[in-house]
Amino acid sequence: MKKSTFKTLLVAFLAISMFLVGCSSKTNQNSDDEKDPVVKEETPAKDTLVYGRGGDSVSLDPISTTEGETFKVTENIFETLVSFGEQDTTINPGLAESWTVTDDGLNYEFKLRQGVKFHDGTEFNADAVVFNFNRWMNGNEEQFPYYTMFGGYKADEGHVIQEVTAVDANTVKFVLKRPQAPFLKNLAMSPFAISSPAAIEKQGEAYRANPVGTGPFKFVEWKENDTITLEKNADYWQAGLPKLNKVIFRVIPENTARLNALVSGEIDVMDGLNNSDEATVLANENLQVLERPSMNVGYIGLTNTRKPFDNKLVRQAINHAIDKQSIIDAFYGGTAQPAINPMPPAISGYNDAIEPYPYDLEKAKALLAEAGYADGFTMDLWAMPVARPYMPEAMKVAEVIQASLAEIGVTANIQSVDWATYLDQAKNGEYDAFMLGWTGDNGDADNFLYTLLDKDSIGSNNSAMYSSDELHDILIQAQTEVDEDARNELYKKAQEIIHEDAPWVPLVHSIPLLAAGKDVVNYKPHPTGSESLINVEFAK
Amino acid sequence: MFNYTVRRLFSLIPVLFGMTLVVFAIIHAIPGNPAQVILGQRATAAAIENLTRELGLDRPWYIQYVDYLGQLLQGDLGTSLRTRGPISEEVWPYLAATFELTLVAMLVAVVIGVNAGIISAWFSKSWFDYVAMVVALVGVSMPIFWLGLMLQWGFSIELGWLPTTGRNNVRDPIESITNLYLVDTLLQGRFDQFTTAIKHLALPSMALATIPMAIIARMTRATMLEVMKSDYVRTARAKGLRMFWVVYKHSLKNAIIPVLTVIGLQTGLLLGGAILTETIFGWPGIGRYVYDAISYRDYPVIQSGILIIAAIFVLINLIVDLLYVVVDPRIKYNK
Repeated sequence: MKKSTFKTLLVAFLAISMFLVGCSSKTNQNSDDEKDPVVKEETPAKDTLVYGRGGDSVSLDPISTTEGETFKVTENIFETLVSFGEQDTTINPGLAESWTVTDDGLNYEFKLRQGVKFHDGTEFNADAVVFNFNRWMNGNEEQFPYYTMFGGYKADEGHVIQEVTAVDANTVKFVLKRPQAPFLKNLAMSPFAISSPAAIEKQGEAYRANPVGTGPFKFVEWKENDTITLEKNADYWQAGLPKLNKVIFRVIPENTARLNALVSGEIDVMDGLNNSDEATVLANENLQVLERPSMNVGYIGLTNTRKPFDNKLVRQAINHAIDKQSIIDAFYGGTAQPAINPMPPAISGYNDAIEPYPYDLEKAKALLAEAGYADGFTMDLWAMPVARPYMPEAMKVAEVIQASLAEIGVTANIQSVDWATYLDQAKNGEYDAFMLGWTGDNGDADNFLYTLLDKDSIGSNNSAMYSSDELHDILIQAQTEVDEDARNELYKKAQEIIHEDAPWVPLVHSIPLLAAGKDVVNYKPHPTGSESLINVEFAK
Repeated sequence: MFNYTVRRLFSLIPVLFGMTLVVFAIIHAIPGNPAQVILGQRATAAAIENLTRELGLDRPWYIQYVDYLGQLLQGDLGTSLRTRGPISEEVWPYLAATFELTLVAMLVAVVIGVNAGIISAWFSKSWFDYVAMVVALVGVSMPIFWLGLMLQWGFSIELGWLPTTGRNNVRDPIESITNLYLVDTLLQGRFDQFTTAIKHLALPSMALATIPMAIIARMTRATMLEVMKSDYVRTARAKGLRMFWVVYKHSLKNAIIPVLTVIGLQTGLLLGGAILTETIFGWPGIGRYVYDAISYRDYPVIQSGILIIAAIFVLINLIVDLLYVVVDPRIKYNK
């Protein structure tokens, strides 16, 4: 008994060893197999694009989340009534071919494209649009968080949309309660894409993982935290498009590993290239760097309700004490733009007449002395625990700022905590000073200034707790001003007020980088962070 | 034996119960509101308040805990706050991915580690012994993060032999049946994909195996050295038995018990603690599932995930205890 057990073990042991040896030698012999079949199969027509990114989507029902990783995928499954330009936020026809607006800005009538079908074969028409809007406006912020872009939900006082009706099968009419200047820009946002009513009714809760739209690609499969696969919509209304047959979104959380996967050809495009890796990519003749047009701001919030930042002079002093250019040179590969205002220059209404606070330590010291802090003070500086396009290396940037502040007698203790806690505590005004940023949703000034600095936004995104009645009146007025020039003037004025009050130190508008294989053609990164891959193809 | 097994299984209950309490207490002590995280940076205060209420997170913690336990007893692991899917369904692919990786890694670690330990003891103070033990020391102290990236650089980019990341070639994906890809590919008779799956397993399992391999090697060497000094080994050799049999048959049997314990503990650790490896190699395993849940404050997933990992850990140790009997008949659990 004893002997036989031992023998069995030994035999098993040897068998396992043989197996392993077999495997490893096989691996060696067939070392080129991994590449060979790929090349053989795909040389005639490489038509599957693998997109490597850092995180998975939360849901594939675009309205159910605000997470950017969701929109990268849904932008290709769904379409919106109007759409953004290829690389900007101008308004172009989408599912609506044309539209008219009454002079008071209260009535919009959209002529819908005919002959468009959802992926489940049902017809896209005015009823489908009405269905989607009714679904959203009867929901709540938990279900459809982004719908607040239209001022809340049906029962809310601020809700902008009075009703959406189908005039005929191909005409939809929106009646607004009051004009909303960025109305069309809001409609163009990925979350307001039109879903198949039949699919929503059929799937219920499961629709989050079984999306059905009208877009160039159809949803195939979602392996959570691994891959999302889309395939070409053969019945797409734009003849000859999309050019790719398949798109696979793959999650590779670690940045260097993702770059390794790109270099070895396992993925074709990588999202979130570090500035420090740009040189590596440029040096590789098989790869290219793609730049995403900037629509973000990275900043240091100075919590206006906490001492000593309740004093405007102190806030201005800090603005004078930070050398943005050297931070950009060191951590943004020199490509970012130093921020002067809370919104990037590409957005209409940007005030380019405002002079930045120059980097001037003497001036900073003088301001501190004037404020009664000639000997400086001690504060906590909170650094984000995660990398974001506008803040790739928060901890290191914080160290530079700490050193700068030390020169004007301010002792900054760098703190950090996990991201969830960070957002929560910053929002509650628990930090003296903190790093944060914002990527625009729709390319509208309101989406930066009102969202980030209006007193209404305290408790959500105005983490600096900045409150100015004068600014508030202007921002509210601008929301309903439909005349573009008059509206831009209001925003210019708003930026002057913000500049004077200095609730933040605006740091940078960064240019997020992507990397791709050289053979990837027509990949146009969109400033909102999610792009349609409809024109992308591989070089022959 | 049977009685012992049953008794041990029952003794799991208080352990797991204690586990739920500890996990629950710790995660509720962390600041940060899940509602905020679920709704994202763009949510308004009212929305967060509503969701907090809806999720029941505004109730006293003990009520939340009792609720949770009640569900658990009915076999309901809860619903993920983030994806709103039932955890018991969601967790399986992750678990399978981790299980496959751990199994292969441990196989490598055991085969190489035990043999290296034996040979080191057999030829102790030889060059092999010194080299093996230095390598083992380096292995124990190697940061997995660095090792993983180096393996990718060496085997994928420089040599082009193995893929860097993932479980399969996404351009020719493996159809999942059990989610254990080695099994799935065989079931479908796709031997080409089986090879691909093994290639994808190679680097992460190498990275994951390093530490256990080193620990096992050192442990085996230490116990083997001791056993080989004992009288019966001398007798066996005096009888003229071949050294190979003395070592592999007579000595190993007595030396393997502590090694088995280490193997059990290491397997348990790998099943739950492979987050770094899973992150670097884009491996969708249970470690990342729980880790992501932590950053999203997805309480039910954290709770259930840790509970599952703990349960597996305890189970593996039970299995190891039972294996002792198989290996060493002097150990009996009958009473």
